[in-house]
Amino acid sequence: MQHTNRERAAWSIGILVVLFYALIPVAWIAAISLKTPEQVADRKFYSGFHLDNYEVIFKDDMFIAALINSIGIAAIATLISIVLAAMTAYATSRLNFAGKTVILSGALAVAMFPPISIVGSLFDMWRAVGLYDTWPGLIIPYMTFTLPLAIYTLSAFFREIPWELEQAAQVDGATPFQAFTKVIVPLAAPGVFTAAILVFIFAWNDFIFANTLTSTDNARTVPAALAFFTGASQFEQPIGAIAAAAVVVTVPIIIMVLIFQRRIVAGLTAGAVKG
Amino acid sequence: MAQITLDGVTKRYPDGYEAVSDMSLEIQDGEFVILVGPSGCGKSTALRMIAGLEDISDGELRIGGDVVNDKAPKDRDIAMVFQNYALYPHMSVRDNMGFALKLRGLDKAEIDKKVEEAARILDLQQHLDRKPAQLSGGQRQRVAMGRAIVRDPAAFLMDEPLSNLDAKLRVQMRTEVSRIQNDLGTTTVYVTHDQTEAMTLGDRVAVMRAGRLQQVGAPMELYNNPVNLFVAGFIGSPAMNFMPATIEGDTVRLPIGEVPLPDEVRGRLGDSGGKQLIAGIRPESFEDASVVSEDVKRRGATFRARIDVVESMGSELYAHFRVESDQDIESQELRELAEDAGGGEVPSSGEAGQIVARLDPESQVQEGQESELWVDADRLHLFDPDDGRNLTASENAPAATGAGGDERPGA
Ligand SMILES: Nc1ncnc2c1ncn2[C@@H]1O[C@H](COP(=O)(O)OP(=O)(O)O)[C@@H](O)[C@H]1O
Ligand SMILES: [Mg+2]
Repeated sequence: MQHTNRERAAWSIGILVVLFYALIPVAWIAAISLKTPEQVADRKFYSGFHLDNYEVIFKDDMFIAALINSIGIAAIATLISIVLAAMTAYATSRLNFAGKTVILSGALAVAMFPPISIVGSLFDMWRAVGLYDTWPGLIIPYMTFTLPLAIYTLSAFFREIPWELEQAAQVDGATPFQAFTKVIVPLAAPGVFTAAILVFIFAWNDFIFANTLTSTDNARTVPAALAFFTGASQFEQPIGAIAAAAVVVTVPIIIMVLIFQRRIVAGLTAGAVKG
Repeated sequence: MAQITLDGVTKRYPDGYEAVSDMSLEIQDGEFVILVGPSGCGKSTALRMIAGLEDISDGELRIGGDVVNDKAPKDRDIAMVFQNYALYPHMSVRDNMGFALKLRGLDKAEIDKKVEEAARILDLQQHLDRKPAQLSGGQRQRVAMGRAIVRDPAAFLMDEPLSNLDAKLRVQMRTEVSRIQNDLGTTTVYVTHDQTEAMTLGDRVAVMRAGRLQQVGAPMELYNNPVNLFVAGFIGSPAMNFMPATIEGDTVRLPIGEVPLPDEVRGRLGDSGGKQLIAGIRPESFEDASVVSEDVKRRGATFRARIDVVESMGSELYAHFRVESDQDIESQELRELAEDAGGGEVPSSGEAGQIVARLDPESQVQEGQESELWVDADRLHLFDPDDGRNLTASENAPAATGAGGDERPGA
């Protein structure tokens, strides 16, 4: 009994240390975002609750444009990836065909490929073909990592689906289409949803591609746009505004992760441990 | 309810493997037929063809008189219980059982009524609103049964429905399945690899081996009159004892001694003199010589054997002993049986064959001592080692030479 208590205490301390280590930068940036420009350098953690910076960024057309770009580009990349990946994963889990393992290991290899090694050449190519600074110009490179990630997680989920149920449904009087929509889809939906969240977060967080392949409000996403903030006036440091923008892009992700954490863990470890 | 007819049905998988070959079987309306055979012999394939889940490569399948070869499963009006139950995990027990009715477009009140009724039969009322994951193995099995019976289908197909249950529950559910089938009187095809299940459940048993039907008949007919070595060895527990045999005039020479051949058997054997055969003797065809009356004794032979092990279960007594043989018996079927049983062995030259005899429970045989035993020549089977054919099988239905203890000679 004492032993478990001591263990519990040790675990609690460990978790607190990790939380502290991980959350300090977030807390710090949140604190800065709540200061007025004069307070930024006041060497205090908290100097009152001021929403001035948030007002500034939400009045800033560039930030609004970047936010729309971020949401739109990540959402479209996610949608296309999930649709394609669902078909791929369905095929790899249901059928035996030559090259099946090549697809899965290929997907993994592509996902591992460092983006930094292709941005240079993409920059030139995109300018040549007119994709530079456009939504497709970001969506396409995003899919180099969102698609493999989606294929990988969905394959793992689909492998766990008891496909015999489809036959049970058919014997129960369902058409093949009914068997799919009434039995298989409800079972696959949580996996698809999890994969979509994961993929969206990865696309949302990208900085390298967004910074290199955009130049204007046309396609610049929030992580890339942060560097272009000016203060409320030209003579002010934009630190507070940048902090506020950072909070705005981070908080939705944190909330999403907190809400769906169980599913996300299942997605990241899918296939490794049985749900 | 309906009659199911398989007429030369064959299944070739895309890889060319012929899992079921030229299977012909007529299942009467309301009949309970068991398909039994070792694992991999094509039982599931045959059942899945009846269900419509597997295309039929050759032959004709009729349900209730209509050819259904090309009908989708949903148009065959059959219900299937899968080995691992295949319950819909996202639906409650109620929805699982009502799924087929809902697809059929019945209104909710009627579905509820039928589901409640089935739940009552299967004792599932308290569990109707739970999900399959919250149920025990036995309860899941009941839900799978319930899903089949609410539909009142033309036929039930069951693929090893009890094999995932522990031994005790299996026996319990076996009785239950039997009772339900009796009450409903629905045509049922039941697949199992367990010969005990086959013997206790079915009206008729169809034994399969390597994609081919070996014999179809009432359990006791298969037991008393197996057409070949495979059926003889597969049906019965403990299994039939096999040993080499040679016909010499009016007697058959066995490793345990010379046994007189009944006239009837000799007539059927024809010209097998001198040829090496395989003799099959059921454990209960042996008896402790001291409890057999003199006139009964005459229709068999007595011999002495050193008893290795005696297993007494009160109502039954099994004595194990070995026979030495200078002959060798070779048979593909025996090898398969041995494989299926996980290493049962066949006595061959120089090796000792293990024999099991079921003796009168009052028998005084002792472990490690030599005893005088008696073997009933009337119940001796002789098989042709080349094709496994039972040379002693009677053409027409056998007299009821029961396998049960009640008909034992001299007892
Ligand atoms: N889809 C398939 N393709 C090729 N061979 C198969 C397929 N399904 C089953 N088989 C083979 O057919 C044989 C019979 O299988 P099955 O009917 O499942 O046997 P049982 O149910 O009697 O154990 C086995 O040897 C198995 O390997
Ligand atoms: Mg099977």
